[in-house]
Amino acid sequence: MNEMSNASNMKTPLKRVRGFGASKTGTEHFWQQRATAVANLPLMAVLVWFLIAHFGATRAEVIASLQNPIIALLLIMALASACWHMRLGLQVVIEDYLHSHLAKFAALALNIAIATSFFAIAAYSILKMSFAP
Amino acid sequence: MAEFALPQNSKIGIGKTWPMPPGANIRSFKIYRWNQDDGQNPRMDTYHIDMDDCGPMVLDALIKIKNEQDPTLTFRRSCREGICGSCAMNIDGTNTLACLKACEDVKGDVKIYPLPHMPVVKDLVPDLTRFYAQHRSVEPWLKTTTPTPQTEWKQSKEERELLDGLYECILCACCSTSCPSYWWNGDRYLGPAVLLQAYRWLIDSRDEATGERLDNLEDPFRLYRCHTIMNCAKACPKGLSPAKAIAEIKKMMVERRV
Repeated sequence: MNEMSNASNMKTPLKRVRGFGASKTGTEHFWQQRATAVANLPLMAVLVWFLIAHFGATRAEVIASLQNPIIALLLIMALASACWHMRLGLQVVIEDYLHSHLAKFAALALNIAIATSFFAIAAYSILKMSFAP
Repeated sequence: MAEFALPQNSKIGIGKTWPMPPGANIRSFKIYRWNQDDGQNPRMDTYHIDMDDCGPMVLDALIKIKNEQDPTLTFRRSCREGICGSCAMNIDGTNTLACLKACEDVKGDVKIYPLPHMPVVKDLVPDLTRFYAQHRSVEPWLKTTTPTPQTEWKQSKEERELLDGLYECILCACCSTSCPSYWWNGDRYLGPAVLLQAYRWLIDSRDEATGERLDNLEDPFRLYRCHTIMNCAKACPKGLSPAKAIAEIKKMMVERRV
């Protein structure tokens, strides 16, 4: 992957360093990663409080709590923030370590698919109990 | 994938142990040797020096070895006082300048390698071609549109002080080659030294190309591969903090959009 060590490559060092130019992106990702990290602090506290409060509770008790719209919404927001934060963080890991185009693009797509699936499943489960008759 | 092990032809073998000189205060120096012309893998040669007959710094020892024992030992050096940046190498596990590293600060054998994760030209001489091209890519010179004044470009005392901690960088590459992010993505990530230099021009009150400079850096790889690992600040033999300069660039990026 290191263009510098490719003997058949006769591009000048500056041409190689400039590559395709700056993509003018990355700040949004950086900013969202910090924003979701800060949001995760109170939202994870709510999630942990909910889990502790319902340790050993029956299904009916959990459903009763989730029918409070504020609790249900806070939990959905906690999962949205956590899943998006996970997606952003894993993207950085993939970009750091995966260098072959095929593996990188596949991993980046899979990362988005897994994070959004996690959230969809979790949100559906909470809403199902929240709106349970 | 990122490379976590040395390629087969880079694995380091045991080299020659050079004869022990007379003297009471003998120290061992284990030094990385590689010559592309002999077709061999790299090896670690062991030299012995009587420290009572040698200057205090690692560079003094290297020069003594080259002068008195092995003239083929190859390394860069020039000013021998920490201002040229030529003798940057990995000593006792840390990138530093051989001329500023005292032998007595190293416990046990003094192990010396070239700067990590760069192509080696010979022995302790790394190929810094890409590093210099990256420095060139941030256009490290004053850029203005306003017609050049008859006298100098003026700068207040406070504005000048903003360059302290930046202008002292000697481009020795100790920081960049200590950065794991630069090891894995050095072809796209500019690395701490170059980003510190970029910030030196971003923060210069006389420079009028701040926006273009930020445009040129706004990239997930060029700038945002910095994960605040802090090896750069730890390695810098001049006591600078490239990590802080990079954090300031990121703050500028956010500031111009919120």
